[in-house]
Amino acid sequence: MAANNGDIRYLTPPSVDVKKKKYCRFKKSGIRYIDYKDAEFLKKFLNEQGKILPRRLTGTSLKFQRKVAQAVKRARHIALLPYVTDMMK
Amino acid sequence: MLNHYETVFILTPVLSDVQAKEAVEKFKTILTENGATITNEENWGLKKLQYPIQKKSSGFYSLLQFDADPTIIATLETQFRRDERVLRFLSFRLDKYAFEYAEKRKSIKSKEVKEN
Repeated sequence: MAANNGDIRYLTPPSVDVKKKKYCRFKKSGIRYIDYKDAEFLKKFLNEQGKILPRRLTGTSLKFQRKVAQAVKRARHIALLPYVTDMMK
Repeated sequence: MLNHYETVFILTPVLSDVQAKEAVEKFKTILTENGATITNEENWGLKKLQYPIQKKSSGFYSLLQFDADPTIIATLETQFRRDERVLRFLSFRLDKYAFEYAEKRKSIKSKEVKEN
């Protein structure tokens, strides 16, 4: 069995994506407060269904992830952001 | 102790412009009566809601930023609940960074007004 994976010829070499160092965009750009009123900015942290993206994807630090979650929930409350949708962002 | 607060509330789209303005004025008078000072007031006009509230899909948004004692918030919120023109409201206390942001935003807005 082990032999045949040697025979598998990949068209393109299996490029293990080089580990991009994730950084917290809020620390880097020095944003201190995430405003719940501008929905455009918050949309960067939502996926297609309008759910909040986890930290491992966005790379934000814990402190700011909580602020983002708080802001998104407030925006949802006043109908600036949908609770669930299949919006094409 | 005076805290900075900010409330956003949505009025039903059924209202005419005059009624909407009058509703906003009503809440402003409630605040000023109880000794709050309104620092900034914006209304974003008729906007589409992302999901229907009470079977309506658009509403008049308006924002009020004011400094007030904590006790006033309770009376303000009961007024909001009692008034059936208001679809939804959200008020929260501005902390240090939020207040700086609000000041910056106000200066940007006033600059825009000056330009156009």
